[in-house]
Amino acid sequence: MVEQGYFSTLPGAKKELMLNVARLRQDFPILSRKVNGRPLVYLDNAATSQKPRQVIQALVDYYKGYNSNVHRGVHALSMEATARYEEAREKVASFLHSPAPECIVWVRNTTEGINLVAHAWGLANLREGDEVVVTEMEHHSNLVPWQKVTKATGATLKLIPVKDDGLLDLSRLDTIITPRTRLVSVIHMSNVLGTINPVKELAKAAHKVGALFMVDAAQSVPHEAVDVQDIDCDFLAFSGHKMLGPTGIGVLYVKPEVIREMEPFLTGGDMVREVWWDRATWNDIPWRFEAGTPSIADAIALGVAVDYLQDLGMVDVRAHEAQLTRYALERLKPLEEVNVFGPRDLSVRGGIVAFDVPGIHPHDLGTALDQEGIAIRTGHHCAMPLTRDRLGLAATARASFYLYNTEEEIDLFVESLKRAIGYFNGVGRRSPR
Amino acid sequence: MSSPDLDLFVSDLDELYREVIMDHYRRPRNAQELQAPTIKTHGLNPFCGDESSIQLVLDGQGRVAQVGVQGRGCSISQSSSSLMSVLLKGKTVEEVEGLTELFRRMMQGKDLSEPERLSLGEAGVLEGVRRFPVRIKCALLAWMTLLDGLEEYRAKAKHAPE
Repeated sequence: MVEQGYFSTLPGAKKELMLNVARLRQDFPILSRKVNGRPLVYLDNAATSQKPRQVIQALVDYYKGYNSNVHRGVHALSMEATARYEEAREKVASFLHSPAPECIVWVRNTTEGINLVAHAWGLANLREGDEVVVTEMEHHSNLVPWQKVTKATGATLKLIPVKDDGLLDLSRLDTIITPRTRLVSVIHMSNVLGTINPVKELAKAAHKVGALFMVDAAQSVPHEAVDVQDIDCDFLAFSGHKMLGPTGIGVLYVKPEVIREMEPFLTGGDMVREVWWDRATWNDIPWRFEAGTPSIADAIALGVAVDYLQDLGMVDVRAHEAQLTRYALERLKPLEEVNVFGPRDLSVRGGIVAFDVPGIHPHDLGTALDQEGIAIRTGHHCAMPLTRDRLGLAATARASFYLYNTEEEIDLFVESLKRAIGYFNGVGRRSPR
Repeated sequence: MSSPDLDLFVSDLDELYREVIMDHYRRPRNAQELQAPTIKTHGLNPFCGDESSIQLVLDGQGRVAQVGVQGRGCSISQSSSSLMSVLLKGKTVEEVEGLTELFRRMMQGKDLSEPERLSLGEAGVLEGVRRFPVRIKCALLAWMTLLDGLEEYRAKAKHAPE
């Protein structure tokens, strides 16, 4: 079990007491709104995060001040837009400790990033008899594309199992990752269980058999320091909207020696160098993977989100969320009716708490909580095989935290949950009129 | 939480979770799976995992003699399914289609005439779902599943040899 103060002893942790949440909440206009007459308690951050005014302002500034298409204009607006757009790419590269900005490909979101790898790398490199390995806790975005390309190429899709405690079962890894494995792709932090998977270890296991390694970092990059060189992954994808950025922008990181060998995914304008009637040559990396006019404003705004997070420090962000998670688990423990999923060890668990209350459907809980302004998510969380087949449930409820949530909000959530459970256990037990 | 706030919480939820609804959720009617049904169909709301399986046995006059509804899901989807099953007994296929259309209109916020509301029987109590738009799909699942099943049945009957 992680002790109090564990995270503040990590290198990089700021000396003062973690985040000044009261102050930073003021940066988020939406947090002061009401829902059904109650203050919004937003606990659905795994679905999407709220945006600080700095990010919102960056979008407005772009459209008001220098909106212009990038890369080929010779006029001032275009040069300014291009400079800011490429600067955002550099910010992301630095945030991930990428060896170069050219390893950063802009995509729409994590799903698109994974699809890019599946189509541009997978279809070109997978053959019958090859293996692609994922886990039982994948989001659909890191499962369905691999179903498609393995079916198309005759390769086989294999799964690393999940144990009952929410951790990956690595006991028979050598039978799953074999010399026939060409790619291992793993969710870094589970959006259902909160499990943080040992990606460094898995990267080594993949490389040992000559396979490439991909990380679905949708839930990890927003919530902790992620160093692509330290992990030594070949691909990594994440979404801007889960890390204070706007929707419509995401990032695919590709290792230099891998990206050099990849053919494009989408083709058309901007990703070409020269075009004739019957053929074309490709632009340099990474632009050859960015067809058409990009989400310029969104990329620039994501750069501002990166600045915001760098200012706070990802170690402190993680520490704050670990504290919230610890507090939430403590407050939920006495509720006998509530089953919480995922590991209890906070060193391998992020701020995502999925739970169920047998006999009360998550939708009904969600509706009751919504009446009191509390936003949680209910359903299968885009992980139907995990939820329905592995956990044996139609749906779960999920509360997920971010840097602006507080212990007071967790109190409100738990109190409301108790009331909701009381309500549903009471109604219908009375004899019908 | 102060008592007036708790009362408001309860009364807001009561609009959705009426006694009748919760009773049908806790004790679903017609839950037995029918073994040799005339019509058999299955529906799923993939966004939430609500599922509905419906079987109908039609008698010689084309009326619903037996109904079986099973499924899993939230209180709204399951109670709606149970309330629907009670309503179907003795009705012809045309009447069932008519009732389904009425129910759908009610869910879409259209006002029904008094006789129309009465014809829905206890299923009319699901009217409260309209105030919770995200749950309308839950209430409609069984009915839409049934409609699909009836369409398929009609299509088969058309192509059946004389």
